[in-house]
Amino acid sequence: MLHRLQFTAKKLVRMALLLLGVSLTAFLLMDASPLDPLQTNIGQAALGTMSPEQIARLEEYWGINTPAAERYVGWLGSALRGDFGVSLLYSRPVLAVVGQRLGNSLWLLLFAWVLSGGLGLALGLAAGANRGRWPDRLIRGYCLVISSTPTFWLALLLLMVFSVWLGWLPIGLSVPIGADAASVTLTARLYHALLPGLTLSVTGVAGIALHTREKVVDVLDSDYVLFARARGEGHILRRHVLRNVALPALTLQFASIGEIIGGSVLVEQVFSYPGLGQAAVAAGLGGDLPLLLGITVVTAALVFGGSLAADLLYGVIDPRIRRGAAKA
Amino acid sequence: MEPILTVEHLSVSFTRYSRGFARTELSAVRDLSLTVEPGRVTALVGESGSGKSLLAHAILQLLPRNAQVGGTILYDGAPLSRERAEALRGREIALIPQGITWLDPMMKVGPQVRRGRGDSETRARCRAALDRFGLGPQVEELYPFELSGGMARRVLIACAVMDSPRLIVADEPTPGLDIRAAGRVLGHFRELAEEGAGVLFITHDLELALTVAHKLVVLCEGRTVEELSPARFRSGQGLNHPYTRALWHAMPENNFL
Repeated sequence: MLHRLQFTAKKLVRMALLLLGVSLTAFLLMDASPLDPLQTNIGQAALGTMSPEQIARLEEYWGINTPAAERYVGWLGSALRGDFGVSLLYSRPVLAVVGQRLGNSLWLLLFAWVLSGGLGLALGLAAGANRGRWPDRLIRGYCLVISSTPTFWLALLLLMVFSVWLGWLPIGLSVPIGADAASVTLTARLYHALLPGLTLSVTGVAGIALHTREKVVDVLDSDYVLFARARGEGHILRRHVLRNVALPALTLQFASIGEIIGGSVLVEQVFSYPGLGQAAVAAGLGGDLPLLLGITVVTAALVFGGSLAADLLYGVIDPRIRRGAAKA
Repeated sequence: MEPILTVEHLSVSFTRYSRGFARTELSAVRDLSLTVEPGRVTALVGESGSGKSLLAHAILQLLPRNAQVGGTILYDGAPLSRERAEALRGREIALIPQGITWLDPMMKVGPQVRRGRGDSETRARCRAALDRFGLGPQVEELYPFELSGGMARRVLIACAVMDSPRLIVADEPTPGLDIRAAGRVLGHFRELAEEGAGVLFITHDLELALTVAHKLVVLCEGRTVEELSPARFRSGQGLNHPYTRALWHAMPENNFL
């Protein structure tokens, strides 16, 4: 137990350092961006009609004349106290914006995560078990084509087929157009998340399936599977392969959180889905520094939390770690 | 005595693609003949790479698909086809493999020995098999990584005797064991033979083979070159093949001449 606590504490320190590094990098990139927030958000024409005093007030609002170091230290100080500032674009606290957007994206991300993990594992098992035969070739071919396809292009393609030509699914947004927010049902939300979620999973499947296949092939070539066959054992796939593929599959599943979140930025943009990814694009292009830093930190924490969960689950599932640690 | 296993002129070769579509045949076993009688230990002695383990895999029909097998293998007087081998392995024919990597690292010893069957009869037989080799009930709850090398070896032997097999193929079951532990393992083989099973003991360790076997078969570059009793080998008289004579001279008591 003590061992487990120490392990977790170490990981948390690492997480703090990671978040610090990520926020600093995001800040420096933003600072180096050639976009002028005033021109982007207010427009050249509108700026021309404003008095110098108005412009000065706006410059102060967007923090243009404050030195970079001072701005970052200021942000960091308040962030440590739990105050992530106010979004310049939405004029609402950053955490509120992130919370609302994350709530929208959560369905999408969860759907894509579960589907790509489950499907990837199944396809990887099928390919590995049929190594060299047609199911293997078919699955590998699919995975290679999909992983070399840009996500946004695939999103546009699916949008064209399912929403425009077939008209089965909505062309965008997370709720029906013009509907009262309170009256939107869960079914309607899922219906709107279906296509973006599908796009995300279709691309996520490829990596998981290929990695799982490699592991299945390794296990099937192992001495213990040969021994199981020599002893006339049945159900080798279930008894030995699945058991030994479970751990790497778990790692893959949690590592894919990062890819799903990264992919959602593009996919949400294509489907006009008002989620976290879309907010990140808006914040980046609009020079909304507090919002961008908030989103960056929250998503980095989510990805790190995923890896941490995988590490902790490893200790529960793998007898070599569980019992090894108990003895140490 | 009618042999339980007869191998006649066995050959095993592999087809490999080397550079594009040029195929090369790699002969691993060229001409291997031997018999295993019930109640006796037959030792197949050869250096590493002489094709010893392939014999074990050929008997159990476990060779990879790119292997070509020639010659005949008779089990209990009838040819051992793939279907027959699949039906017999784990029942009448048992393999004792080399070491701990042949146990699933993610499965406890008990379920592994029992092959997933949990009925009381299987449990009792598993208990008896482990007991016989000095492995208590707590061993059933261990994972392979918690076993010592000697314990793992005994678990593997217990796997083989679970089903009271008629033919036991032991493929290099002793490397890595100290001489006393190896002696105990070999003692188990002798016991199994005394109970009526035919034991094929595949090894590169001549010394061990001499202590345990009733019959010695010498393998050199994929060919069986001589078949003789340990006593005749020790005497050094009438060794026909130069390789066997070289082996005899390499024994410490014969001054490594």
